[in-house]
Amino acid sequence: MAVAPERVYWHERVSRLERIWVALAVVMVVVFFSAMMLVWHAVGRQNTEGRAFRVTPAAYRAQVEAFARQYQVGEEAGRPVVEPPPGSDVYMYATRFAFYPILRLRAGERYTLHIASLDYLHGFSIAHPHQWNLQLYPGYEWVLPFTPTTPGVYNLACNEFCGLGHEFMLGKIVVVER
Amino acid sequence: MASEARTCAVTGFRVYRQTENLIKANAVAAVVFLLIGGIAAVVVLLTRWLGLFAPRTFYQFIALHGWSMLIFWIIFFEVAILYFAGSVMLNARLAGTRLAWGAFGLMAIGAAMVEAAILRSPLNHLSFQPYPPLRGTWDFYLGTDLFAVGALLAVAIFFATVYRARKEKASQGPLPLVVYGAFVTAVLAVATLLVGAMVFVPAFLWAVGLVPSLNPFVWKLVYWGYGHPSQQINLGATISVWYLLAFLTVGGTTPSEKISRFAFVLYLVAINLGSAHHLQTEPSGALSVGWKWINTGYLMHLAVLGSMIHAFAVPGSVEIGQRARGYDRGLFQWLARGPWRNPAFSSLVLSVALFGFLGGTTGVIAGTEQLNLKWHNTTAIMGHFHGVVVAGTTLAFMGLTYYVLPLIFRRRVVAPRLAAVQPWLFGIGVGLMVLAFLQLGVRFGLPRKQPDVFAFGRSPLAFRYPPEVFALLTVAGVGGLLALAGGALFVALVVGTVLGGRRLTDEELRREYAIPQPASNPGHARDVGVRGTFILCLIFAAFFLAMYVANYLNLARAWPIGH
Repeated sequence: MAVAPERVYWHERVSRLERIWVALAVVMVVVFFSAMMLVWHAVGRQNTEGRAFRVTPAAYRAQVEAFARQYQVGEEAGRPVVEPPPGSDVYMYATRFAFYPILRLRAGERYTLHIASLDYLHGFSIAHPHQWNLQLYPGYEWVLPFTPTTPGVYNLACNEFCGLGHEFMLGKIVVVER
Repeated sequence: MASEARTCAVTGFRVYRQTENLIKANAVAAVVFLLIGGIAAVVVLLTRWLGLFAPRTFYQFIALHGWSMLIFWIIFFEVAILYFAGSVMLNARLAGTRLAWGAFGLMAIGAAMVEAAILRSPLNHLSFQPYPPLRGTWDFYLGTDLFAVGALLAVAIFFATVYRARKEKASQGPLPLVVYGAFVTAVLAVATLLVGAMVFVPAFLWAVGLVPSLNPFVWKLVYWGYGHPSQQINLGATISVWYLLAFLTVGGTTPSEKISRFAFVLYLVAINLGSAHHLQTEPSGALSVGWKWINTGYLMHLAVLGSMIHAFAVPGSVEIGQRARGYDRGLFQWLARGPWRNPAFSSLVLSVALFGFLGGTTGVIAGTEQLNLKWHNTTAIMGHFHGVVVAGTTLAFMGLTYYVLPLIFRRRVVAPRLAAVQPWLFGIGVGLMVLAFLQLGVRFGLPRKQPDVFAFGRSPLAFRYPPEVFALLTVAGVGGLLALAGGALFVALVVGTVLGGRRLTDEELRREYAIPQPASNPGHARDVGVRGTFILCLIFAAFFLAMYVANYLNLARAWPIGH
């Protein structure tokens, strides 16, 4: 039956077109796509270069609440609205089923985001208007610089299933003119 | 009738009765789970599109849908493929038929336990990402463990069968390419299932209270050594099935045995490392840039190179077969004059095209370190994996089923006109849905696993998406309904044929399912017979590059992070 070759054609010539295709695929995938990851670290402004720390949920919660008290300017949906000094460290936690607190930030300022989950795995998604998504774990604090560039209301959503009530888990970052 | 084996009238393979029964049992179990998964999909689809069911129901049915489709439907079918490749294609008796029935029993019990656990307790509303500290009940984890043990046994039986076939000289010379691909897939399956045990055994011990806690970060890291590789098994199996279908439908064989085999070896070497891409949005303080780059860059891309080779070799096989049959004019006569009335052929073509353009390219893009920031856990990820395992794997397996029914069950497929339409209904439906998911995810950031994008469970911070989102959800919904109709038609055709299809005699089989024989010298075809494929591949490469660059441009407009 012809489904099996009579012998493996190790010495059979590979057609020119297939050789060209394999060479093209090597350049495209193995050279170009792989290199882009490093190139973007050099020239791009969206990377995951940051730090990570082990934290206890209770200690992290206390830190975020102290931060919220210090810079609170209002309240919405039972959560403090917090406006930290431009360019400072901002703290947020994710818990079932909320992101805390609500942040008010200045457009174009570079802040340092601290974010951690207090209980389960959550997704930190700046969902609408869509920016980017991070994965959160209990016991780990992520620290990443970021710059909100354009004024507006940015809605956060959890995009990792975290239990019954997950659909309810939203948050907010308000970006105002400088 | 009582004889131990028969010779297949179409392929000339020696088919042992015991192997045949095991193939039937596993294929039937597969279709049962396809049906359960399809019913669950109705609830999932109508909730996301129209908000018809409560979030709680949605979580339950998405768990049911995910486990039924991603694991049970596909792996039962793959076990059938392994027994076919190991025993039938090598003309050998299956090594350990009783053990194979034991494996089948373990898999069936395990799968039933998981499904029952999901139905009985909301604690088990755990989708295919059942991350601790969310804790299911003991039977959920025990079910996954039993299923995995059964699947491992089946893989071991495949290896033993190949060994026996070689030792007893039932099969000589090089392994057929299809068996070679199945063999590579089986090796990947062993690694995958062992890693699965590394997460689901501790999870079981944790659920019964013998282990106090699990580190969620480490668990997720190790889990993806099972979660994604279990889908790489599907990739290997799908490509093996493509080569088999190219041969069965048009008598096509690969343009180069050595290049196609080399591509499978690339999978063996590199593909499981790609699972690291599930940890791209964790900052470099948790996983270094170097770690991400090595794993998801060069190493992963060696496996992608393997796929790019198959992207040429599979259509190339069809082109060679068709040109040898005499459809040798111009660049594309081979494609235009394909046996389109054969549902296995249209399944093959649609599966390859949709898998390549929609599933494959998006997988590479979503797995790219920075681009993942935009993709992670959005509906775009659903777009990717429905492109791969639904439009790709499932459609390919459906195509193969149109040969399993006559050749193994020896019954004529009922309603041939409906059968000819079925792959189109399914393929176009899934394709539409995937396109909508991709747009919704990358452009609008729509979260996956979110049952209520209308009111967010009346959250006080609820917001309103722009109207385009709802238009796209409608596209996804209509596409999904078409796909469901195609899936239901498939199940109906299978059930109708198994129960009521007319029995085929050897003479009829030979006449109706004959594998096309080349009219001209295939050696000639090997040299010049892939021009059309080459052009198609250039179009594919241009599309791939354009998508890749467009995604970086899109990312560049997002808020700077980690800068």
